[in-house]
Amino acid sequence: MRGASSRALDRRAAVRELLAERGAALVVTGLGSPTYDVFAAGDHDANMYLWGAMGGAAMIGLGLALAQPRRPVVVITGDGEQLMGLGALATIAVKKPGNLTIVTLDNGQYGETGHQASHTGLGVDLHRIAESAGFAAVELRDLAGIADYRRELARLEGLPRFATIRIAAETPARALPARDGVHLKNRFRAHLGLGVN
Amino acid sequence: MPRPNPAQPSPLSAMPNAPAWPEEVFRALKEAGIRQVCYVPDAGHRTLIELAHGDPEIETTVLTTEEEGIALAAGAWLGGQRAVLLIQSSGVGNCVNMLSLIATCRFPLLALVTMRGEWAEFNPWQVPMGRATPKAFEIMGVQVQRIDDGAQAAPTVAAAAAMAFEGDQAIAVLLSQRMLGRKTWVEK
Repeated sequence: MRGASSRALDRRAAVRELLAERGAALVVTGLGSPTYDVFAAGDHDANMYLWGAMGGAAMIGLGLALAQPRRPVVVITGDGEQLMGLGALATIAVKKPGNLTIVTLDNGQYGETGHQASHTGLGVDLHRIAESAGFAAVELRDLAGIADYRRELARLEGLPRFATIRIAAETPARALPARDGVHLKNRFRAHLGLGVN
Repeated sequence: MPRPNPAQPSPLSAMPNAPAWPEEVFRALKEAGIRQVCYVPDAGHRTLIELAHGDPEIETTVLTTEEEGIALAAGAWLGGQRAVLLIQSSGVGNCVNMLSLIATCRFPLLALVTMRGEWAEFNPWQVPMGRATPKAFEIMGVQVQRIDDGAQAAPTVAAAAAMAFEGDQAIAVLLSQRMLGRKTWVEK
């Protein structure tokens, strides 16, 4: 089971691998380290970095996926952020957006606040909760598995997908994208050809 | 004269005294370009919810809790669509944290809120959040408008939608409990 066959991954390497061929993907990041990881993998106008709204990343992803059915939408968040919005897994699973993938970087702790154990660190398996809700859910344990999973990120049909990536608990050097929400929103919308009021 | 039990499903055609405002509000939402409707189920929103589900141009999402709808509406706007959130006053407190997202990024927001706990309310558990609803929105920068008369519902919603989506504002429209009608609990 957990941790039996492989060492936990470096989070920056894992996210870089995941987004290596992102194509047309629209990316929403959960606050804290996932935001820094995605920025470190390469800034992009189609990245919406969250610095707050804890528990809301997956639902932002759903609203976006429904509005842009021809674009793959990828939410990259942490275990703590997803745990704060567990109900969203039920909401998304019954709505079945085929172009939405939620990737949870799971280190089993709240890294941003002093490494307190999270519920996943205490035994809760998020991908099994997602699977029972109705997602096509997997756990990714190595970089080769993440590279293979890029095919899934590009899908526009089928069940919504949920992947847990087990990452090591270290905190890499900060890589901080812009924090101004209005700028990030307008930059993202401009990428889609949408205007500013 | 007994009112129909709003919790009891029945076809609209079987309710000759059904008020006109839900259909008028739905038309106003369509004319405002709303493409996503998300909701926490509520008897006062029942007709609007049914109309949304029946409209192939509208994506309808049932939420497990109200703050999900705040995040969903933000995501819809990021992707170029307008969303409306249908909730009951009892769940407005759940939205407070997520309204930071709307304020920080200046996302438009349109919420239609059915009121409980303010008129002929028999359930005291509904009263505190009902009473706090306008303030709960206002502390997070959401402008509150109120409808007491069904004839004003559609024009008020149309004006709120224009202000939200063309003026980048967050607006909650409260539908008064008196207008919605007394909730009855006796199964007929």
